[in-house]
Amino acid sequence: MNVHAIRAIYHFEMSRTARTLLQSILAPVLSTTLYFVVFGAAIGSRIDEIGGVSYGAFIVPGLVMLSLLTQSVTNAAFGIYFPKFTGTIFEHLSAPVSFLEMVIAFVGAAATKSIILGAIILLTATLFVPLRVEHPVWMLTFLVLTALTFSLFGFIIGIWADGFEKLQIVPLLIITPLTFLGGSFYSIEMLPPFWQKVTLLNPVVYLISGFRWSFYGIADVSVAISLGMTAFFMLACLIAIWWIFRTGWRLKS
Amino acid sequence: MAPVLSVENVSKTYESGFEALKGISLEIERGEIFALLGPNGAGKTTLIGIICGIVNMSSGSVTVDGHDVIADYRAARSMIGLVPQELATDAFESVWATVSFSRGLFGKPRNPAHIEKVLRDLSLWEKKDAKIITLSGGMKRRLLIAKALAHEPEILFLDEPTAGVDVELRRDMWRLVRQLRETGVTVILTTHYIEEAEEMADRVGVINRGEIILVEEKSELMRKLGRKELMLYLNEPVAEIPAALSGYDLALTEDKCRLVYTYDTARDRTGITQLLQDLSQAGIRFRDLETRESSLEEIFVSLVEDKQ
Repeated sequence: MNVHAIRAIYHFEMSRTARTLLQSILAPVLSTTLYFVVFGAAIGSRIDEIGGVSYGAFIVPGLVMLSLLTQSVTNAAFGIYFPKFTGTIFEHLSAPVSFLEMVIAFVGAAATKSIILGAIILLTATLFVPLRVEHPVWMLTFLVLTALTFSLFGFIIGIWADGFEKLQIVPLLIITPLTFLGGSFYSIEMLPPFWQKVTLLNPVVYLISGFRWSFYGIADVSVAISLGMTAFFMLACLIAIWWIFRTGWRLKS
Repeated sequence: MAPVLSVENVSKTYESGFEALKGISLEIERGEIFALLGPNGAGKTTLIGIICGIVNMSSGSVTVDGHDVIADYRAARSMIGLVPQELATDAFESVWATVSFSRGLFGKPRNPAHIEKVLRDLSLWEKKDAKIITLSGGMKRRLLIAKALAHEPEILFLDEPTAGVDVELRRDMWRLVRQLRETGVTVILTTHYIEEAEEMADRVGVINRGEIILVEEKSELMRKLGRKELMLYLNEPVAEIPAALSGYDLALTEDKCRLVYTYDTARDRTGITQLLQDLSQAGIRFRDLETRESSLEEIFVSLVEDKQ
């Protein structure tokens, strides 16, 4: 295992985050705070409790997931896309580094950043709503698993993208709508029966449901299915990345 | 002694169908400076890319000090440093950070003393805290060399190292390459500046249209293929070359004051003695003479043209 390489890439990526602290941390925290103000305080006061939880508190796990998913994908995609864009990827490709080491370093750094962000958003939420966490270990497990899985997905997006537009398309046009429609701001039981079934095709439903269960003990789908879906998606991403490095798809000519 | 780098029958065909390399075989000796010469698009960068792991080969094999570049890529790659043709650098990192990053990437533990030495050797020490974006083009070129040397490689690839750099930097680089050779580093450089190969290389390989045309000791190549010119400064201009001298490879300059005789140094007889006698008999007197050896550039051009 080339530990020095993992450390070098990880450190490089985290330094980049530190250099762009305002954009990396403050911007998502600000936008989440705005969600709290608009949905939690202004609209939430007119909505009944859901499963015994106030609406403001109910949306916290969904809001954390919203940031976690978009930031994980964006961070990891940008992390690998940027060396491709500047041409410095030649150094990674010519170094004695395996695909697994590359993934650990790039995805690890992207996930670390997302987890830090998730924690900050949770802390921010406590300023607006009373927060309780019934299953803290599971909460942490879902947080880490989701950050890792979507960072892996972002890593693939970054390799696939051949322009800044494509880099933005997936988080903006796929992740954000799926998260909004995945039960961030409502319980899927509130939907008509037909749409409840359609919603189950959205993988984000399982993440938000499992994550919300770790807070309040209420879930739209079973926790085992949530975990299973996350693990399945993670494995699929890992296999895809292994294939990319084996063939050099979009990396080598 | 076993070659430090062995390329066997390597071919590369791109998806577009373009055949960049056609069964190239090449051996590089340990500690030599090898210049790979060829016109643009000859396949130089593709070959380096395959050896370093940036380009997938279509067929063939490459070993570095006995390590296969695919099966045993860790051992092979950790021996190699690559300075690419393009000035591909980060922008906002500091010089020190990016060179340290390269060392770590190649699996070496931190060694500030070595990084300092590399930066000083490349006149970058004063800029160690500067952001890369603030460096000039020449300095970025030095930085890329520093990054390639950060992990103490045994083989250094310089892909067009002096393309677009000023004369001073070019001389600096040549000096550095010689220093590296003294420490046992094998240097492989690609260039289309013949002057560079002529100045530095021990051996020269000529590549054109994806094929190695020849590999030869530089001095041997110049001896074998070198043509010399004998320039005779005439006492009086002549209107044309006398018919009696038509058997010689003679040319008359435009001012009609000089005769140029081209001869092959590899031949047993150069024909100079006979020519001088025949000139005397033809009544042509000369006041001075000089000889000039053909440059590697002229040899290269004639080689490439022959193959086309």
